[in-house]
Amino acid sequence: MEDLFQGYKGSALAILQKYNVRVWGQAIVDTTRGKFEGTLLPRSENDDDKHLVMKIITGYNIGIDIDTITNMKEVGYKKANYAIPQKQFPMTPGLPKVKLFGTGGTIASRLDYRTGAVIPAFSPGELYGAVPELAEICNLETEKVFAVFSENMGPTQYKALALAIEKEIKKGVDGIVIGHGTDTLHHTGAALTFMVQNSPVPIVLVGSQRSSDRPSSDAALNLMHAMKAAGTSDIAEVMVCMFGPTSDEYGLLHKGTRVRKMHSSYRSTFRTIGDTPLAMINRKSITPIKKNYHKRRNDKNVDIKPFWNEKVTMLYYYPAMSPDILDAMIDKGYEGIIFVGTGLGHVNKELYPAIERAHAKGIHMYMTLQTLWGYVHMFVYDTGRDMMAKGIIPAGNMLPEVAWVKLSWALGQTKDPEEVKKLMLTPVNDEITIREPYNGYLVYQGGVPEVEDFIRNVHK
Amino acid sequence: MDQKFNPQENYLKTKESIGYVDINKATQSDYDRIGFMSGLEVHQQLLTDEKLFCHCPAGVFNDNEDFDAEVIRHMRPTLSELGEYDGTALMEFRTRKTIVYRLKNETTCTYEVDDTPPFHINKQALEEAIEISLLSKLNIVGEVHITRKQYLDGSIPTGFQRTAIIGVEGEIYLKSRPIRLIQLSIEEDSCREISDIGHTRIYKTDRLGMPLIETVTYPEFKNPYEVKEGCDYIRFLNRSTGKVRTGMGAGRQDVNVSCRGGHRVEIKGVAHTKWIPKLSHNEAFRQWALLAVRDELAKRFADKTSWTASHVFTKPADFEGNLHFDGLFDDNRKVVAVLLPGFRGLLSHFTQPGKTFANEISERLKVIACLDQPNMTHSEDLYPILTDEEQERIFKMLNGSESDAFVLFDAPDDDVKMALETISERCLMAFDGIPPETRKSFEDGTTIFERVLPGADRMYPDTDSAPIPLSSEYIETLRANLPTEIIDRYRELKSAGVAEDSFTYIFSKNLYPIIIKTSAELDIPISLVGNFFGQTVKYAENHFTSADDFDYNQVYSLFKYLKENKITYDLAKPVLFELYLHPKMDFDSILRTIGFKKRRKEEIIGQIPFLKEKFEQEKRVDTQENKENWIMGQLRKTALGNINLSELKTLIEA
Repeated sequence: MEDLFQGYKGSALAILQKYNVRVWGQAIVDTTRGKFEGTLLPRSENDDDKHLVMKIITGYNIGIDIDTITNMKEVGYKKANYAIPQKQFPMTPGLPKVKLFGTGGTIASRLDYRTGAVIPAFSPGELYGAVPELAEICNLETEKVFAVFSENMGPTQYKALALAIEKEIKKGVDGIVIGHGTDTLHHTGAALTFMVQNSPVPIVLVGSQRSSDRPSSDAALNLMHAMKAAGTSDIAEVMVCMFGPTSDEYGLLHKGTRVRKMHSSYRSTFRTIGDTPLAMINRKSITPIKKNYHKRRNDKNVDIKPFWNEKVTMLYYYPAMSPDILDAMIDKGYEGIIFVGTGLGHVNKELYPAIERAHAKGIHMYMTLQTLWGYVHMFVYDTGRDMMAKGIIPAGNMLPEVAWVKLSWALGQTKDPEEVKKLMLTPVNDEITIREPYNGYLVYQGGVPEVEDFIRNVHK
Repeated sequence: MDQKFNPQENYLKTKESIGYVDINKATQSDYDRIGFMSGLEVHQQLLTDEKLFCHCPAGVFNDNEDFDAEVIRHMRPTLSELGEYDGTALMEFRTRKTIVYRLKNETTCTYEVDDTPPFHINKQALEEAIEISLLSKLNIVGEVHITRKQYLDGSIPTGFQRTAIIGVEGEIYLKSRPIRLIQLSIEEDSCREISDIGHTRIYKTDRLGMPLIETVTYPEFKNPYEVKEGCDYIRFLNRSTGKVRTGMGAGRQDVNVSCRGGHRVEIKGVAHTKWIPKLSHNEAFRQWALLAVRDELAKRFADKTSWTASHVFTKPADFEGNLHFDGLFDDNRKVVAVLLPGFRGLLSHFTQPGKTFANEISERLKVIACLDQPNMTHSEDLYPILTDEEQERIFKMLNGSESDAFVLFDAPDDDVKMALETISERCLMAFDGIPPETRKSFEDGTTIFERVLPGADRMYPDTDSAPIPLSSEYIETLRANLPTEIIDRYRELKSAGVAEDSFTYIFSKNLYPIIIKTSAELDIPISLVGNFFGQTVKYAENHFTSADDFDYNQVYSLFKYLKENKITYDLAKPVLFELYLHPKMDFDSILRTIGFKKRRKEEIIGQIPFLKEKFEQEKRVDTQENKENWIMGQLRKTALGNINLSELKTLIEA
C-alpha cells in the first residue's frame, strides 16, 4: 500500500491524520503565524516530528511548526513524477562498444525523500537523456551490478565486478566503464587491478564529486572522458578517470594502484601518489604522460583472480600508541595487518612485545607510510631493523589502502609466508615502483610565490 | 519591388497606431487603456561581516583585473524537484558558453567555486531577514528550508542559488492604498559579470555569496509611478533597521510588467528607483506593440504552422563596394540571408522608442547564438546599410516578394545553425504575442532581451543543508525590538510639519531615528530638526565635499553644543557647513572659523535705537519695511546665534 504520510512520524503524523491531509496533497494551513498554502511534501526520516514541509506556489519549500497550526484542509492532490527523461541510446556503426557497469554513486542521481539525500538512478536511456554527447563517443550498453553507496563497497562487490568484467571481455567489448561512488573508488581500483589481470581492454572507474542533479556537476564530463578512455585509448589497465583541475577542462587517467582521494569535496580530488598520472584526457584527445603501460590487445584473454581474505586489518600508528590495540587484533584472529607507520616506517618500542606475539602467531605484517610519498626504509634507524627482525616486512612505496587490499587478496590465495611475501612484493601494476620520478612529488602549497604564480596563470 | 517602402515612416506610423504616448504626457487613462500591470522583486544586501554560507568577508570588492586564479565551468540543465526541466536552463545550455570565474583569495574560498559544501547559514543575516519580514507584516515560516534555484547563466558557479523563504503574505503601503507582498526570501548574491563576448562569459566572485533578501510584491501597481513609490517604500523599510548595506549595487530591483493580453516580463537589476517609471512604461507599450504585430500576422497568415523561413549563403561579390561587409567573410565565417515571408512592415514596426521588431531578433542572436552586435542588418533598417540594388539582389536570391522581409547576419560557421534557429524561433513567437523574457535595462528607459523567463520549475531542495526551525519565542524576541513602521513615521513627520519633499532623502538615509532622538533628547521641535536634515544637511551633501566621513550623529552633537552653550539654532546652518567640510574639527574651532562672537542679548538689542537714528540720517527710501530690513542687516552677523532672529525682528519692529 502506498505510504500516504511519507516520512512523517509522531506529532506531525498525528496532525496530518487529524486533518486528513496526505503527502502531495494541496493544502491550506491556518496557523497562529498566518495562513500558508502549498503542496505537502514528504519529510526526511531524520528530521524532527515538529514540522510539516510544503512547497508553496512560487516553488520554494517551507516548514510549518505544527504547534502553530489551528486548522488544515486538503483542497487538491498532485503527485510529483520525478523521472530522468529516457531516450533510446542510439547505436552508431563504427563507434567502439563500451559496457557501463553501475554500482551506485553520484554519476546519475535523483532525490530521495526518505533521507533527503540523492540516490543513484541509472540506465542507458536515462544517461542518454542527461548526457546526449555520449552517443558521439561510443555505443553504450549498461548493466546494474548492484546499487550501493561507495562506503558499502567491499569484497563481495569486487568479486562480482571481476566476474562481470570477464564475461564482457569474452563477449568482445572494446572497453569497460564502472560508475562508482568516489569515497572508496581507489580501493576498488586496487582490488580490480589484482583480480582482473592482463585485460586486453581498458577498465575505467569513474565517479563524480558533485551529483548530477546539480547544473555544474562534474558527472557529465567525467562520463564522457571515461567512455572515451574505455572506447578509444590503447591503455589496457584498470584506471580511475576523474577531473584533473577543478575547472571543466580535462581529466586525468590514474593507475588503480597509485591513485588516492585527497580532498573531501574538491572535484579534482583524485591524485596519483608516488608517480605521475598515466594520461591526460579531454573530449578530443588522450595525451599519455607515462610512456610505458599495458597496451590494448585484440584477443579476449584475461586472468580473473577473485580471491579475498576478510581477516586483514590496518593499524594507523600514533605516538604513544598502546600495544593493547595490536593485542586485540591478534586475539580477534586477524591474519594480516598493514602498519601505517611514521617517517620511513616506524612505530614505538612499546609495541614490540605485541609485534613479537603476532609474529609468533604467524600473522602477516607489512609496513606502509603515513607520508604517502616515498619508500619504506627500515635500515636507516635501529627501530626499523628491530621491527624487521620481529617480522614486519617493508612494502616499498605501496599506498596503505592498496597494501590492505593486496594482503587481503594474497591471503585469499595462500597462507604460506613466503608465497604471500612474493605476491605482496611482486607488483601487478606499479603498486610498488622501482623508481620514483623527480617530477611526481608536487604537492602545491598556497602562499608560495612560484605556486601562486602558477595558480594565477593556469586554470585550476 | 516596391521602392516606396520607407522604414522610418513605418516606424512612426506604427508608433502612432498603437497609441504610444510619452511618459510625460501619459495619464492613468492611458495605462488603463493598455491594462498596465506591474509587481516588484526588491533585492537588498544585508549588513554582515561574513558571507551567507561561508566565512569569507562580505563587502570586500576587487577590480576586474585583480585576481589570483581562474576556474572554468560549463552548466547543464537538471531536473527540478517535480521532475521538470526549466525553459531558461535549456536555453542557456544551447548557448554553449564557457564560464570563467576570476577568484581573489581574500574574498573567495573553495565554497564559492562549489568545491566545498555550505557551512551553517550566517545567523546574523538570518536574524536581519526575520526582522525585515516582521516589519513587512509577513507570516513567518516554522522552518527555513534552503532551496536551490537554478541559474545556468553562470552567475553562480554551482549553477544554482541557495535561497530560502522567511515569510509569506505581507503588506506595504502606497499613499493611497496597501500593496500585498507574496514573500520574502534570504539568498546568496551572485557573481558580477566582467564581460560576455562570443562564447566566453567572465565573472568575478567577490560579491558572490553575500547575504541578500528579496521582497516580492503582488502585481498590483497600476501605473509606473506607483511602482517607484512601492519600491521606495520597501527600500526605506529595509533601511529603517539600520542593518542593510547602502551604496552602489547594495539595492537592486527586478520589475515585472505586463499589459492586457501580454505576459509577465521581468526587467532585471534596475539599480535606481528613479529609472523605474520610464522602464515600466516602455515595457508595457512594447508588449502592446508586439500584440499589434501578432494581430497583423493573424491577418496575413491562417496559422503559424504554414510559416517557414528560408535562407541562402551570400558571397563577397554580392556586396562589392559596400564597406560594411569588409572583413565579414573569411574561411570560417558566413554572411547569411534569411527570408521572412509576409514580414514586410514588421521588422520596422515600433516596439520601444528608437527600436523596432528587428531589434528583438538581433538581441536574441547576441544572447542565444553568441553573435556579438552589430550582428545583422535587414530589409527595413531605419538607417540602411544595404543599397537599394543590394536589397533587390538579396530578395531575388531568396525568391522573395513584395510582402516579405529579410534578415542578413554574419556568423562563424559553428554558430550559423543556432542563428538560423534563433531567427525562425523569434519570428514564430511573434504569432503568439509576447515571449516570456527577462530583460536588461538601460538608463534611457529601454530594455534588451537577456534570458528566457524562468519558472517555478527550477527549484530543488538543497540536500547539503538541514532545515532550520524558528521557534515562536525567538520570533517574539525579535518582534519586541523592531523599529516603528515606515508608514507611521511618514505620518508623524508630516503632521509635525516636516516638508514632504524631503521624505525620500530622510528615509533613504534612514534619518528618522536621529531626527527623533535629537528632537526628544534636546527638546527641539521635530519640524526644526527634520527640515534641517531635509534641507540644510541635504544641501551640504549635494554641494560640498567632506574632507573625512561625515556622520549624521554629528548633527545631534551640533544641536547639543548649541543648546548647552545657549547659542540659538539659527547658527546651526553655518556651523553645519563648516562641520561637513571638516568633520574632525571641534565646535569651538568652527565658531572661531565662521567668526562667531558670543554677545549678550541686551548688548545687541541696545544697538537698535542707535541704528534707528543712523537710518534716519542715511535713508534713501524711507519706508518702515526698508528701515527694519536695514537694521536687521546691520545686526544680523552679530545677532546670529546670540539672539533668535525672529525675536530680534519683533524687537526692531517695536
